[in-house]
Amino acid sequence: MKQKDYLKDISEIKKLMNRSSRFISLSGLSGIFAGVYAIIGALVAYIFLFPKPGEYLTLHSQNFKLLILVLALVAILSVVTAYLLTTRKATKNNEKIWDATTKRLLLNFLIPLATGGIYILIKLGNEHYGLTGALMLVFYGLALVNASKYTLGNVKYLGYAEIITGLICTAFPGYGLWFWILGFGVLHIIYGSLMFAQEKKQ
Amino acid sequence: MGIIDNINKLFDHRIRLGIMSILMVNEAIDFTGLKELLNVTDGNLASHLKTLEKEDYISVQKQFIGRKPNTSYSATKTGKTEFKKHIEALEKLINN
Repeated sequence: MKQKDYLKDISEIKKLMNRSSRFISLSGLSGIFAGVYAIIGALVAYIFLFPKPGEYLTLHSQNFKLLILVLALVAILSVVTAYLLTTRKATKNNEKIWDATTKRLLLNFLIPLATGGIYILIKLGNEHYGLTGALMLVFYGLALVNASKYTLGNVKYLGYAEIITGLICTAFPGYGLWFWILGFGVLHIIYGSLMFAQEKKQ
Repeated sequence: MGIIDNINKLFDHRIRLGIMSILMVNEAIDFTGLKELLNVTDGNLASHLKTLEKEDYISVQKQFIGRKPNTSYSATKTGKTEFKKHIEALEKLINN
């Protein structure tokens, strides 16, 4: 065999290792959309639902329920958009969307995320309202870092950024909403745009 | 000792090289999974798997999922060591 053939061997090895172990069709555009939904959701919450000075947000109030509804809507819209765009990209690249790599990616993403979600719900149920935004950011960041091992791209840096934002947020109670907008809105848009630019280049 | 000594004849084939590459990064994978990733026919894949199995580079686990038989493959310790040696030899050849 000639040197050229060995080079081909090596690139074939790399390609198969990546394709068999990592999910590669995450779309950057879906990051941008998730960020935009988060910012719109947060602004709606801020303008209409947040307690005025002197008021308190309590678990059984109408506003609290609406706030949860806005949050759920942001999450659902983001997931649906990500699913649609990723499916489109996978079909274009001739890849199967639901294979072992996808399952592994989702499982590893959901373990920290579900832990955090349940923790926050129990905490809210006990009327501890503090630091909810910070906890969401930290657990979401951990979920991203954990999942990053099973996909290509730089998701882990987004994860680190979310964790750091969450920790800073913990140090400044009362500014939760703004850090939440920074973490779930601005960081997503920045990350999504970088990914999108990279995809366009290829 | 020449570097060529470490080039493993067994891996000097696209499909066997592919099977080992996949098994290096996955704990186990079933026949269908391998077939889809490598884009080969049943018979072709089966014969290369047999070769690797004979050399004790891969191990075979047969089980039933529900009522369907399912065969999955993983790399043995020997297989992993040999494959690493092979890659190192390839890299040296390219760098020379």
